[in-house]
Amino acid sequence: MNCVIAILFCLILRPIAVEVSMGIIITKQDEEKHNVTPESSSNACYHCGEDCGTVPITLHEKLFCCNGCRMVYEILSASNASEYYRFEQHPGLKSVDNAVEKKYAYLDNDEICRDLLEFSEDGVSKIKLFIPAIHCSSCIWLLENLQRLNAGVMHSTVNFVKKEVVITFRDTELSLRQLVELLVSINYIPQLTLESMQKGAKRKVNRGIYYRLGVAGFCFGNIMLFSFPSYLSVNDAVENLLRQNFGLLNILFGIPVAFYSGSVFIVAAYKGLKKRFISIDVPIAAGILVLFFRSAYEIISGTGHGFMDSLGGLVFFLSIGRWYQDKTYQALSFERDYRSYFPVAVTILSDAGVESIIPIKKLKPGMRILVRNQELVPADALLVSGEGSIDYSFVSGESSPVSKKEGDRIFAGGRQVGASIELLVEREVAQSHLTELWNQDMMGAEKQTSWDTILDVISRYFTLMILVLSTVSGIFWWLHDPSQTFLVVTAILIVACPCALAMTYPFSLGGAMRVFGRNSFYLKRTGVVENLSKVDTIVFDKTGTITRNDGLGADFSQLSASQEQLHMVSSLVRHSTHPASVAVYRQLQGFTALPVSGFAEIPARGIQGTVNGHQLKIGSETFVCGTSGTAVSGRVYISVDNVLLGFVGVSNRYRDGMKEVLSELSQRYELHLLSGDNDAELENLLSFFPSRDHLNFNKSPKEKLEYIRSLKASGRKVLMIGDGLNDAGALRESDCGISIADDVYHFSPACDAILESGQFRHLPDFLRFSRTAMRIVFLSIALSFAYNVVGLSFAITGNLSPVVSAILMPLSSVTIVGFVTLSVFISARFSRLDVKS
Amino acid sequence: MSVILVLVAFSVLLAGGFLAAFFWSVRNGQYDDTYSSSVRILFDDDKPKDPAPPVATPASPMTEHTPNQ
Repeated sequence: MNCVIAILFCLILRPIAVEVSMGIIITKQDEEKHNVTPESSSNACYHCGEDCGTVPITLHEKLFCCNGCRMVYEILSASNASEYYRFEQHPGLKSVDNAVEKKYAYLDNDEICRDLLEFSEDGVSKIKLFIPAIHCSSCIWLLENLQRLNAGVMHSTVNFVKKEVVITFRDTELSLRQLVELLVSINYIPQLTLESMQKGAKRKVNRGIYYRLGVAGFCFGNIMLFSFPSYLSVNDAVENLLRQNFGLLNILFGIPVAFYSGSVFIVAAYKGLKKRFISIDVPIAAGILVLFFRSAYEIISGTGHGFMDSLGGLVFFLSIGRWYQDKTYQALSFERDYRSYFPVAVTILSDAGVESIIPIKKLKPGMRILVRNQELVPADALLVSGEGSIDYSFVSGESSPVSKKEGDRIFAGGRQVGASIELLVEREVAQSHLTELWNQDMMGAEKQTSWDTILDVISRYFTLMILVLSTVSGIFWWLHDPSQTFLVVTAILIVACPCALAMTYPFSLGGAMRVFGRNSFYLKRTGVVENLSKVDTIVFDKTGTITRNDGLGADFSQLSASQEQLHMVSSLVRHSTHPASVAVYRQLQGFTALPVSGFAEIPARGIQGTVNGHQLKIGSETFVCGTSGTAVSGRVYISVDNVLLGFVGVSNRYRDGMKEVLSELSQRYELHLLSGDNDAELENLLSFFPSRDHLNFNKSPKEKLEYIRSLKASGRKVLMIGDGLNDAGALRESDCGISIADDVYHFSPACDAILESGQFRHLPDFLRFSRTAMRIVFLSIALSFAYNVVGLSFAITGNLSPVVSAILMPLSSVTIVGFVTLSVFISARFSRLDVKS
Repeated sequence: MSVILVLVAFSVLLAGGFLAAFFWSVRNGQYDDTYSSSVRILFDDDKPKDPAPPVATPASPMTEHTPNQ
């Protein structure tokens, strides 16, 4: 009988685990990308499913939107891997232009390889790569059939939940660099950062909860069977023999339940008490211990049947709650530091000018390094040669690139935009300005919120109440019938064990967290829902948070140009990588490129060139008009043959729905803006934010942190929303820090929650739903108290029999979980959030 | 009646075996990634016979979308 239960248990637990973990990874974004409706499929790219436009590329009677997609298809079909397209429609991701050539050259360096590889022996190597692009069953198939693409691959296994693939390969046939380039060529780009080289620091899977859950479930099932005879009140010799032996077996099964599965709660209660803190674990631990010892005493002394069945149920249900609560988004990281932002290797130049590649940790002051277009400056350095145009938007919040001349100092973390530059390293990576910001003391300490959770508050009063109640009734019974005292006091502790209460919190907030997850808003732990609900002040960062990260917007209203002139402008600006040029070019798409002669880009001034025999100048007022008036930032002047056509206004683009979001939020919350950028957009922002006093510009990361601290000191509960490294301190200091990101799997600073930028408009809905979730918590707490009152009335009157306890405990837990899950689901349905994606 | 006790002992032993199997599966990492294996089992082991580009066959068991929580 009991083995049947064990089988069923094993069979049931795994599908549940499957079910629950499902939504962890598949983000809504992925879904949208791949949910191509059949109607559009006539013109949809065979590879990625995007619209192919008017001139699709055709191959084998299939349409492709770009050469990137066609190439991936060719590689796959040439290697017998075109089954890839059978599992999902349009499984690919649109290829981003990736100049591969030299990008991965550093993987030829033995030292770097050694650090990246899991092991390498006798020509066989094994590596674990994090590939954010993994999103569907086709991905799994392809990545596990890499040997079809290259015979050097021996074996590969995908971990879908973590978006990781473990590849074993023969390094004599296939070098690490070739392997990575192979993955890049089929658009599965592995993320290689300094963090992936930290051995031992890799996240460990915590499987303890499964073991504890398994043990508790196994013992619970068996105890229930062995307790069954005691529920029937037949009294003959045989039955009594069975009861005795079964009782002993129950003690045997009770030991692992109480002291292995239940140890978490006992240890947590002990730790809390040592810090003079009464958590919900205290009455639970008391309940577990009293249940076990009283039952053991009853069974051994033959005075009763004991409550082992209740003990098994209690610990089993509590473990389920723990498991549900501890669910985390494994592919996301909420604890990133600078190591996951920095690259693995850096190109250094010898005195003779010969390039070589070294691991970044070997970088020493005094070395000369080469930083190419779009590469990161890894350490504080002096500019030796080249024109620096450094994009600090992620580090300091400044929106436009800073131009640097030879001899200027460049801080680590900036990204070079434009031609390669040579730098002289001044400080080691770990001591640079940026990393020191991370290493400040407050970064290391575990974040403490300024308030206790609702559960802490309630359990404090609850525990006190139980203590008083058991003392009073203990004294009462001592006076009336001393033999009953022990029984009544233990019965109170047993029945008051707040199992149902302990289940409300993980299940309601865990449910809310999953609703958020389906809407691409990922919380670090369930407790963050409560923090969100209590917030009364919201502080926004500007660059990248309320403005968009994907380039500037261009306004052509001040420009009077003919179509032909626009055509020429378009042809010229496409040669420049300056953000303003990119913004102008984006608005002028659809023109075919005309040949440009004499193109020149003068950093911090503008670009010029000859198109169709006309001389074009595009850039600052000084550059284009020759006047030396005060430069107005955000204006790009254009002249053709020295005739001024006007200017294009270039500015940050705000996120979609920002006005609605801010006006909705301002009704309930106090809004602040905290920007590292200048106040060029003050006028615009004044119309969004209610008060000028709350708009702060030119704030350093440290000042941001101080600002949050002073808000908290004045009693406000602060939600900080930011995106960059410069917000890291403020995110940490705030009561709840949300980091906003275009791609949640890429770098974002340490925070409590990660919001996908497309979902910014749902921010008010998220906050509202967090308050709904808390209301559900309150309701279910009231419900569980009702159960406790019923149970206590049995206990105080001395009528608590094992059967009553065995029925009451699971009944209360199951109804509470049912109530909570159902109400979270229903209220999510009535909110503006997606219940299912 | 002691036969029942013998049977109970055996059944506990057997159930313990299943518990051990459960432990093994956890240790083996089967609970780390509960999605891939559900898909992996549907892949064909054999190499495709026809190297030519395949006809897009929608009638695959996996055209359904990856379930989402």
